[in-house]
Amino acid sequence: MKNQGRNGMNIVYTDNNATTRVAPEVLEEMLPYLSEYYGNPSSMHSFGGNVGRKITEARAKVADLINADPDEIIFTSCGTESDNAAIHAALEANPEKRHIVTSNVEHPAVKNTLERLAKKGYTVTFVPVDTKGRLDIDLLYKSMSENTALVTLMWANNETGVIFPIKEIAKKANERGILLHTDAVQAAGKIPIDVKDSGVDMLSLSGHKIHAPKGVGVLYVKKGLKFTSFMTGGHQEKGRRGGTENTASIIGLGRACELAKDHLGEMDKRVRQMRDYLERQLLEKIPSSSINGGIKDRLPNTLSIGFDAVEGESILLLMDQAGICASSGSACTSGSLDPSHVLMAMKVPFESAHGTIRFSLSIYNTMEEMDHIGTVLPQVIKRLRDMSPFWKNKD
Amino acid sequence: MWEYTDKVKDHFLNPRNVGAMENPDAVGETGSLSCGDALKLFLKINKNDRITDASFMTFGCASAVASSSALTEMVKGITLDDALKITNDDIADYLDGLPKAKMHCSVMGQDALRKAINNYRGIQIMEKPGNVVCECFGVTDIEIINAVKANHLESAEDVTGYLKAGGGCGNCLERIEEIVEAAKAEA
Repeated sequence: MKNQGRNGMNIVYTDNNATTRVAPEVLEEMLPYLSEYYGNPSSMHSFGGNVGRKITEARAKVADLINADPDEIIFTSCGTESDNAAIHAALEANPEKRHIVTSNVEHPAVKNTLERLAKKGYTVTFVPVDTKGRLDIDLLYKSMSENTALVTLMWANNETGVIFPIKEIAKKANERGILLHTDAVQAAGKIPIDVKDSGVDMLSLSGHKIHAPKGVGVLYVKKGLKFTSFMTGGHQEKGRRGGTENTASIIGLGRACELAKDHLGEMDKRVRQMRDYLERQLLEKIPSSSINGGIKDRLPNTLSIGFDAVEGESILLLMDQAGICASSGSACTSGSLDPSHVLMAMKVPFESAHGTIRFSLSIYNTMEEMDHIGTVLPQVIKRLRDMSPFWKNKD
Repeated sequence: MWEYTDKVKDHFLNPRNVGAMENPDAVGETGSLSCGDALKLFLKINKNDRITDASFMTFGCASAVASSSALTEMVKGITLDDALKITNDDIADYLDGLPKAKMHCSVMGQDALRKAINNYRGIQIMEKPGNVVCECFGVTDIEIINAVKANHLESAEDVTGYLKAGGGCGNCLERIEEIVEAAKAEA
């Protein structure tokens, strides 16, 4: 399927870690619940009750993607809410414990929430990663103490795709009676996730990263865990999350999870091949380029690549001229002026951190599109290097 | 995303006077790799102290490239004394404005121009160094006070837009806010 831009230009969309297109099958599933079937799933009448049944079906499909029980699925408004709710619940469940362990490459949903808790008197340990983005597991284990209420770690990193060994860490945390929450927003739909096998206590998902619409998320909460709701209100979600259900989006998310499960094989093979092909092409064609977090344990769709002596925003805007959508790893685009905290945590040199671009693919991408990027990007980098005072005519 | 004026876009996509100059009469450099943007300005100056040609090399975002391009167009044909009167606001105005968070790109242009002219004239400027407030970008309290007064800045956010100070780790933002308040009271 082609991504047709509004202006008729063909868009090459390789920014799927930022957000994804709503799958046509998902949209189709949702539409009736945005029009004729507008009932409240909590209503006594069958008009609302029928919507309630669709939500039950969706819950089962979501649960199936991560091998959970449907009762363990709580629908939220987004991944960020899920992260907030999980952290809140862990602290409420362990009021006497005042310590949280995390990494220094987390998404702002976790990072900023924990920074605020630190200001309120909690102790937060940010465990470092190495230059490849891998967690220092020894330090992580040493950081856990009697006082630790929660270990919260992303399953896979949004910028580099580097995967953390969540199963191994969950085991250690469980042995010490510490809750383990994982932000699996980027991992879901890209690699298999099994909550039972991995032993996590809580897990966050986001709809719009897996071809469902924006504005719907999931928190998995292991059966038996003492859970205090973050959003108080009505009896929805068994009192674990108040607020009338986002019915159409939840129903869409159910379908998206079903599709995501079906597509895991394609992610691992075809999407990985496209990513590897793009990576190879760019490294070959563009001198002084380097992969950030280029290790085996990496999401199959993500490529974070730095180009020396050029700046990310300029690269993005010139690629935009050729219809290519991606993200930069320098934050000149997002208000802050330093390279991203993830690249800084990995000690990526400034020279390539400012010129880092993230490509994130989906099953809707094609090899043809990889060729287009492989043709355009070397020209873009050359053009910018020709005007860069830091490029010493290396090519 | 493209929150730039058409002029900025034009000067980014079609930059004027790009590239190193052979045998320049004056060179001014500002910025660094770690800061995320840098400009090297080259000038040809005739015996009447008039700028006859200008070119640049820039590492940075679209507005940094556009500000550099605009600057070279603005200085061509004018005297050094007139060039020294060019402010960062003039550069931004030439481009029909820059987003607030990108004003530091025009500041970079003004800075490189002054450095080039001072180097050419053999003038060494010694200023009271001040105390570094922003460790990430090495910005001092005196620089902040001067920027607040010259540009009527209102907040720490404005200072970040102009000088980048506070735009890295953010630890100094409270201190910057204090300096801004004090400088506003003085002005």
